[in-house]
Amino acid sequence: MVLRNIKPYTLCFSICLLPLLGIIIDMLFGNLGVDPILSLHIRLGDWSLRLLWLTLCITPLQTVTQWRGMSQYRKMLGLYAFFYASLHVLVYLWMDQGLVWSAITRDIIESSYIWFGLIAFLLIFLLAITTPLIMVKKLGKNWKKLHRYIYIASIAVIIHYYWQLKGNMAEPLFYLLILTLLLAFRLAVWFKNRKFAKLMIPTTRKIKVLKAESLTED
Amino acid sequence: MIIKTHKSILGSEITDPLVFKQRRQLIKAMLALGITGSGIYSGLSIANEAKWQDVTKGYQPKASLTATSAEIVKNHTNYYEFTYNKTDATTLAQALPIDPWSVEITGEVEKPGTYHLEDILTQQTLQEYIYRFRCVEGWSMVVPWMGFPLANLLKKVKPLSSAQFVKFTTLQDSKSMPNQAVNSMLEWPYVEGLRIDEAMHPLTILASGMYGEALPKQNGAPLRLVVPWKYGFKSIKAIVKIELLKRAPLSTWSKAAPNDYGFYANVNPDVPHPRWSQSSERVLGAGYFTPRRKTELFNGYADEVAALYSGMDLRHFF
Repeated sequence: MVLRNIKPYTLCFSICLLPLLGIIIDMLFGNLGVDPILSLHIRLGDWSLRLLWLTLCITPLQTVTQWRGMSQYRKMLGLYAFFYASLHVLVYLWMDQGLVWSAITRDIIESSYIWFGLIAFLLIFLLAITTPLIMVKKLGKNWKKLHRYIYIASIAVIIHYYWQLKGNMAEPLFYLLILTLLLAFRLAVWFKNRKFAKLMIPTTRKIKVLKAESLTED
Repeated sequence: MIIKTHKSILGSEITDPLVFKQRRQLIKAMLALGITGSGIYSGLSIANEAKWQDVTKGYQPKASLTATSAEIVKNHTNYYEFTYNKTDATTLAQALPIDPWSVEITGEVEKPGTYHLEDILTQQTLQEYIYRFRCVEGWSMVVPWMGFPLANLLKKVKPLSSAQFVKFTTLQDSKSMPNQAVNSMLEWPYVEGLRIDEAMHPLTILASGMYGEALPKQNGAPLRLVVPWKYGFKSIKAIVKIELLKRAPLSTWSKAAPNDYGFYANVNPDVPHPRWSQSSERVLGAGYFTPRRKTELFNGYADEVAALYSGMDLRHFF
């Protein structure tokens, strides 16, 4: 079979291009509705958000399944999130604002929802340019610290989404719920590790306390 | 209660026969719609296309504006009683029962009463008003409305000197409006308000048609307000009640989000919404590479309406 020869990595790579293909087809056939630029904003933004959320899914998935071969997918999904976010920004600058920088500056200054989008984009941009192996080696320990900024970026993304709507909050709330679960998982792991770490420290007093407790329990 | 107004008819009030014929067509179209739904629409629009040009133009300083394509205007509405997106009201709103329709006019007036829409319309001269319609969300379109000045209706019921404000109310019908049934998002029915001088301004119209045909249900049939220098949400749809009041009514959006939406809601590029800029607007139907247009003070009607707000701090009274 042909499919059997396709590596899962290649398959995932191709699937991530499908939303873009769909958008281009709808653009060519005029299926983007009466406000096509808004449709582009929404669809590119949505896919950037979804891919960012998927990126955040990989680590919990690794922890739960104990399967360690997924970091390359995390990298790919993260870069795709950046790719769609870049197109989202490009549509804003080029199609919506016609690259008129004075208008763009004013629009950004007066639109607080864009501030959060800008923060998210700049952070994801930083993460994307520090993706190559050379950068990983160069940054050493700091690389992991830097890439934890994905949490800040994802929170900025959800504010950017929520902050521009007038009334209906169903969709941003749905994505917020998933983000909360994804971040809560990390918080739980962090707490658990901290607890373990504390237990590992051999302070005599603590051991005594523990013993005393275990005695009373008996 | 139907109250007839008895007064001598001025020459200027006599309806042009052509307009009268057009009006009968509009009413017929509205009645037909009530019975047969939207199916009749496509045929009507073609039949009326030629006649549309015959309708006289109402008072409008920007008559040279080019109308946005009707397809866009019919398929891009914020009708939150039906849906949160802009396209579904095109089909969902067809469930709205608009025949028969009556409008209650009450409050500080000499002749309060409930008037059948047909009686209201036959007393008015429907004219065409081509206005730019600017949404608070930052998009705009140009719509050729068919309607008459609100002032002409208010004069017939004779406002008392105590009438300082006008409150408008949309139909409450949870049977046809799904979001009213579940009390979703806003407090229903939708309420809007104007100061009396804004309501009496010749640019303020009640519309019962657009593009030469009866107003589509998703666009506010059978009767909606159009105030071209204010953000679109002021132009309330499917009006069943007009009250003249001593005090300012609390409009639905002002009540829901007082920091975001004020009573006046005048289009003003220099007063941003708390979360987004109002300095520019996306022109619907302009294509991919037409940048946003700069929003004008009072949506381009400053020469006509700025005097209404002289001495007022427009940042404070937003």
